[in-house]
Amino acid sequence: MRKTRLMNVGALAVIGLAVTALAPAIPAFAGEQLTVTSFGGPAQDANRKVIFEPFSKASGIKVNEDVFNGEISKIRAMVESKSVSWDVVDLYPGLAGQLCAEGTLEPIDWKKLGLDRANFMEGETTDCGVPEVVTGKVIAYDKDKFPSGPKTVADFFDTKKFPGKRGLQRRPVENLEWALIADGVPLEDVYNILGTPAGVERAFKKLDTIKQDIVWFQTSSQAMQLLADGQVVMAAAYSHRIVDAVKSSGKHFQIMWDTQQLSMGVWVIPTGSPHRDAAYKFLAFAGLPRPQANFANIMPCGPTNKEALALVDSAILPDLPNAPGHMASALMINAEFWAEKSDELTQRFTVWVAK
Amino acid sequence: MVTMAVQIARGPDGMPLRTKLARVERRRKLRAFTLVLPLLLFILIGFVLPIGRMMFNAVHDDTLLTLMPRTTAALSAWDGADLPDESAYAALAEDLKQAWAQRATGAIAKRINYELPGLGSQVTSSARKASTLSAGPYKPALIEINPLWGRQDVWSLLKRGSSAYTAYYLLRSVDYQYGPNSEIVASPPENAIFWDMFLRTLGISIGVTAATLLLGFPVAYLLATLPAKYSNLLMIMVVLPFWTSLLVRTVAWVVLLQQHGVLNEMLLGLHIISQPAQLIFNRIGTVIAMTHIQLPFTLLPIYSVMKTISRTHVRAARSLGAGPFYAFWKVYFPQTLPGIAAGSLLTFILCLGYYITPAMVGGPNDQMVGSFIAHYTNEELNWGMASALGAILLTATLVLYYVFNKLVGVDRIKMG
Repeated sequence: MRKTRLMNVGALAVIGLAVTALAPAIPAFAGEQLTVTSFGGPAQDANRKVIFEPFSKASGIKVNEDVFNGEISKIRAMVESKSVSWDVVDLYPGLAGQLCAEGTLEPIDWKKLGLDRANFMEGETTDCGVPEVVTGKVIAYDKDKFPSGPKTVADFFDTKKFPGKRGLQRRPVENLEWALIADGVPLEDVYNILGTPAGVERAFKKLDTIKQDIVWFQTSSQAMQLLADGQVVMAAAYSHRIVDAVKSSGKHFQIMWDTQQLSMGVWVIPTGSPHRDAAYKFLAFAGLPRPQANFANIMPCGPTNKEALALVDSAILPDLPNAPGHMASALMINAEFWAEKSDELTQRFTVWVAK
Repeated sequence: MVTMAVQIARGPDGMPLRTKLARVERRRKLRAFTLVLPLLLFILIGFVLPIGRMMFNAVHDDTLLTLMPRTTAALSAWDGADLPDESAYAALAEDLKQAWAQRATGAIAKRINYELPGLGSQVTSSARKASTLSAGPYKPALIEINPLWGRQDVWSLLKRGSSAYTAYYLLRSVDYQYGPNSEIVASPPENAIFWDMFLRTLGISIGVTAATLLLGFPVAYLLATLPAKYSNLLMIMVVLPFWTSLLVRTVAWVVLLQQHGVLNEMLLGLHIISQPAQLIFNRIGTVIAMTHIQLPFTLLPIYSVMKTISRTHVRAARSLGAGPFYAFWKVYFPQTLPGIAAGSLLTFILCLGYYITPAMVGGPNDQMVGSFIAHYTNEELNWGMASALGAILLTATLVLYYVFNKLVGVDRIKMG
């Protein structure tokens, strides 16, 4: 998904420019306002309910919404043409890191924000983002098939103990990491080893052992369908999607929290935002424990403010990727590593899959 | 006599009739041209030019030439025998510094990584370090930063970059590549996937065409011979799926063929099989779904040709003593050939470009050229590879069409 979004960027650059050029000048309003842009869908609906609307009510600042698909070229075009119409944008940390380095995003002044950076989850290194949410990519299985299911990622690679097809998303991210971990690489060494040619070789060799049993899918939502149809016995999926599928369809999917792979979403401010102060007020609100906990109650993604976990509904807490007990064996996906290595590993991966 | 003829050929306004005819003819042509002009322009601007531009990418790549102008210039005199001298390294350092400042290292790294997989991130990281170099000698300094700059194959690649034209993408598309000294060598086995894929595309297309022909011919015959009352109903059943979106039909096949899908459950229920058969995410699923989608394309031209064949021919043959099969084979069948040719050609050429259906019901080993073109265009943004594969596919299609024309004759084809 991240990859596709990243790759769409180039193609959409022209559209981005055109959209910016055509965007009407923001009318001078009596009241303050700002525009928040996110990926749409249920996540934005949830954000509207627990963050946008309560924020407007509390501050009197009107929140306008826009939707994009992670096309950073739009942000670049806005900043370069000095016609920034998005004040706060929801972004992947890898992309945020790139834009931050080139000055397209505003470095966050945590003092001005009034929040303590130490209160937020570790693993996020970009200076231009306020961590918004954390999602976990897990291996899920059907409890009806395996009453005592896989316990570790090594079990996922063990087709003798757990026979059947496995669903994986057709991209190198996550799969190479899991292969190394299953091959005995300690969590903290995964990216060091994956950074060497021998490590890449080792990961592909491990994947080779189950290559015949993999069903590849394109978008993360297909995992649920493959599991539900019994086409695969286990699959890589986002934990919140599994929780949702269990709740809404009564499926007996089970999440294996061992070696889940975490990725964060961050709020960023494009450089030259005309409503910078309002944007800071918004981020200060969005980073508070209460709105973050409310978001988790609607969508079981992890809050990034550590204090928020205590406020989450106790029935929901065990479903969150960063709930106590799930974090011991979690791997934070290294956004910087993938920003740098994505091209060459994708090239290798494409050829490997087709072989 | 002569004077009279001239008099007759002259109109009332004294203009020779021939001139007048020519003028009318010219006007008629002009009008016809004006009528097709919008479509012609549309096709030219919307189809021929973009495709031509895209095909151009298969041999044109000026990434290194524009982003590393000093290095490529310095290398034009390099003989390629030994590592280049200090001046080339100085140019390289300058280029890397500039690229780092302009954030262009990513594009350079990506380009180098195409040909020398695994070097991309090393190029980026050494550009970062090179940006801090202030004075020479650059040769030992750069090799110290990353041994990659002491490699013959890297320098050969940079030297090839001094031309805006490259055969790399076309070579790679047929499993060849440049060796360390710019000689052409076969791709190593772990990278050689394209030749197989072209053969696979051809094989699947031939298989699907044959399957649609086997299934479609009897139905077309039935349609053409049944009374209108029944044939109309049957016709609706044939064209109904034709009007349904390709995506919908492919997804429907997923439902039918999957592990616990309709077909498997039925076969299990009838005790024909004891284990669910693997019908999807493999070649079987791909061929079944593609055959279903292509069936009307083969069937309809055959049907329309059959409609025009007079029944009296077969009756005459029968009355002259031919057996039923002999009459069909010698009298009826040859007359259907233009329809068969048209239908098969249509299906075959459409099959060559499939990618959504194999992506949804095929496994990794059933992906056709189209999937790779889509992948390179949308995901890897490697337009050189996408264009090269596309150009080869287009050329192969045109060659096949030419051969077909020589064998069958396109003028004999009837679409209806």
